[in-house]
Amino acid sequence: MARIASSGAYVPLYRLSRQQIGDAWGIPAVPGERAVANADEDSLTMAVAAGLDCLVGIDASTIDGLFFATTTAPYNEKQSAGVIAAALDMRRDINTADFTGSLRAATTAMRAAMDAVDSGSAKNVLVVAADCRLGEPESMFEQLLGDGAGAVLVSKDGPVAIQGAYSLAGEQVGAWRRAEDRYVRSFESKVETQYGYATSAVAAGKALMEKQGVTAEGIAKAVITASDPRSYVAVGKALGFQPAQLQDTLFLSVGSSGAALALMMLAGALEQAKAGERIFLLNHGDGADALLLEMSDVIPEAAGRKGLIGHLFQKRQLPSYTAYAHFRHLTDREQPPAAGSPVTYWRDAAQELNFLGARCKSCGVVQYPPPRVCAECRTKDSFENVKLPRKGTVYTYTLDHLSGGQYLNVPIPRLVIDLDGGGRVFLEMTDGDPNEVKIGLPVEILFRRLHEGANFHNYYWKCRPLPQASS
Amino acid sequence: MGSIKDKVAIIGVGCTKFGELWEKDPEDLVVEAAYEALDDAGVAPDDVQAAWIGILYPFTGLSGNTFSDPMKLFGIPVTRVENYCASGMDAFRNACYAVASGVYDVVVACGVEKLMDTGSAGLPMQGFSHPVFGGVSAPGLFALAATRCFNEYGWTKEDLARVAVKNHKNGALHPKAHFRRPITMEDALSAPMIAWPLGRFDCCAMSDGSAALVITRPEIAEKSKHKDDYVLVMANALATATGRPMFSNSTDFLGFPATRYAAKAAYAEAGVKDPAKEISLAEVHDCFSITEILNYQDLGFCAQGDGAAFVAEGHADVDGDLPVNASGGLKCFGHPIGATGCRMLYEVTKQLQGRADGAQVKNARLGLAHNLGGPGSVCSVTILGRKD
Repeated sequence: MARIASSGAYVPLYRLSRQQIGDAWGIPAVPGERAVANADEDSLTMAVAAGLDCLVGIDASTIDGLFFATTTAPYNEKQSAGVIAAALDMRRDINTADFTGSLRAATTAMRAAMDAVDSGSAKNVLVVAADCRLGEPESMFEQLLGDGAGAVLVSKDGPVAIQGAYSLAGEQVGAWRRAEDRYVRSFESKVETQYGYATSAVAAGKALMEKQGVTAEGIAKAVITASDPRSYVAVGKALGFQPAQLQDTLFLSVGSSGAALALMMLAGALEQAKAGERIFLLNHGDGADALLLEMSDVIPEAAGRKGLIGHLFQKRQLPSYTAYAHFRHLTDREQPPAAGSPVTYWRDAAQELNFLGARCKSCGVVQYPPPRVCAECRTKDSFENVKLPRKGTVYTYTLDHLSGGQYLNVPIPRLVIDLDGGGRVFLEMTDGDPNEVKIGLPVEILFRRLHEGANFHNYYWKCRPLPQASS
Repeated sequence: MGSIKDKVAIIGVGCTKFGELWEKDPEDLVVEAAYEALDDAGVAPDDVQAAWIGILYPFTGLSGNTFSDPMKLFGIPVTRVENYCASGMDAFRNACYAVASGVYDVVVACGVEKLMDTGSAGLPMQGFSHPVFGGVSAPGLFALAATRCFNEYGWTKEDLARVAVKNHKNGALHPKAHFRRPITMEDALSAPMIAWPLGRFDCCAMSDGSAALVITRPEIAEKSKHKDDYVLVMANALATATGRPMFSNSTDFLGFPATRYAAKAAYAEAGVKDPAKEISLAEVHDCFSITEILNYQDLGFCAQGDGAAFVAEGHADVDGDLPVNASGGLKCFGHPIGATGCRMLYEVTKQLQGRADGAQVKNARLGLAHNLGGPGSVCSVTILGRKD
């Protein structure tokens, strides 16, 4: 049966304390803080970040499928998984799909990935889940929700065995968004929790335990997702779990990250599990999915993989609710029209999405964008593609106050970056304070939205100062 | 390679007032500059056998019609020339080669740009929204060099400000300049930031304007209205360097290779051995203060690394040993792109003739004009001399 080879996570750098939201509206605040995606982030870019984290040390060309789970796909018509696969520099002859419409989408995608592996049609399928839902300003949802992403590599081989799965479907009461809704809607959370979430989660959990012949005592950790701070405890109790067995729902640190929550929590559990332990994964949303995992061994650590825990420790506080409103486009200024061409975007996908440079076979110099004639030795058409490193240092920079005919009070840092191991790129900086830019600053390179020219999302790479872990 | 040295003469120059010319359109500007040049040369429109018009932006005008329609000069070849901010001097280069070849006797080179119609908040860059090239502004591109020079040479914003103070002092005397107000170091240093480390006074302004030159061969110039003081083209060179310096592994941002290429070729053509001693005055492309300082070095006026000291020590002042931008430069004229190269040649010609509109450089015998475009990737250098 299918196994798990690796996991990864991504949490946006910025956090907003719920007290700031309460103060902004003059309403009571619930405890903790929530993660907030930057203005140039969406579920697609966060999925890329979690996917890159999951694939640290793993050759992307060995992956046979990419499933993306979200309820906030940036396109209604256009697949996100294909863009994510390109940014992860995966092969073209793979199966990609978006799983959407339900908070349960991540485990639905996992089950599809397991089926693909079990059937032999794929050896490795990467499942990435991300969500970036908006709560209506002033509503409790605004405080409860948070942004983030998780990833898991479902594989024929790997240290984690998937011992069984059980799903429960059918019409349920629960939150929703119509196609035309911007904000999450809910009828009466008490009713939805009791008759929707709790009922289906407990039923699916019990069914899998019976099917697998296990009890809570034989399980080290229960990963039980929930959309509110407390009800998962009751679900766990009904299944026989002690509170200490329950995986942190990230309520105090990230917020309810929708379709991404299951894989984020799972990543957290996998990072801490010991060999021989069992993990029980119970995910909800228009029904429930239950999975039973066993650690044949721990997932080997990979240098550079941050995982959930690493991401939780790297953070910056947003200064105000206004900053949140700006990040989530609640108060957008009119943007000058940007030019754009879906044709050039498609034609240049290898350099823009896959972020490939070219190494001259004659002189060895890495160049970007890939030229026809070498800029150093003028040899023609003699290059090999190279994946550009995602880290570098600032060679020179400017803090640009002019953009599209507008004067910006907060400038855009534009950095010439010497990549670790060769090659030079020129990128916008994001996720940072312009005043901290200096020559020699180490930066990491991230996939973000650049602009909306020609009415499509022009994704590209940006950079940010290498985040320092804070406690 | 051949040479145009001593084969081309300037017999008439014209230039509009530069500035925010809200009430004028490109037709007004072309007609005013070109008729001033024709009147100066004593040449009738009918005597013009060909023309080149330097323009960057399509909204100013497309094709040779941008010149021929306002001038009603039909039935002759007119070509629009675009080569980034060096478009104006490249129009002049085409005109020079045309008369040097002997095909035409009298031609016009004109440059024009109507930038203010797009507003004053920087050059329109929307056409460059390809993700790889980003939305960087023109000041941002040149700021990359300033930042690197600060790091490498220890230069500061004060070093940059001295360029602005010098050029504003000169521009205050020029009746055709956009800005005619001297400024202090304090003014320059306290101005709002445009693209760190370049503040408002480190940047040339958006402006409208046009300039034109009437060009012929020396033997015809000998019979012209300016037979006693026409100006000889000693050299003209144009060179390009990478248009993507920010992606180039070998770019050090401590100067502009395009200028070095063009200067080397121009000095060789004109027979200039030591530019610091032989050049009497220079109009150089000070689109930004940092650019002017790097130009000193790239043009061989001083050693690499000494650019900031060159202006600080007064060498570039009107009464210095190599006056630079006695007109006030782009800093005071603004930079209506296509017009700038021709405006520089207008200025150097009149300086050599001893009839400068503003501050007159004494004993001007050999003048240099330097026009730089793109991210420092296209450069034209022209050397002009008195007929004697």
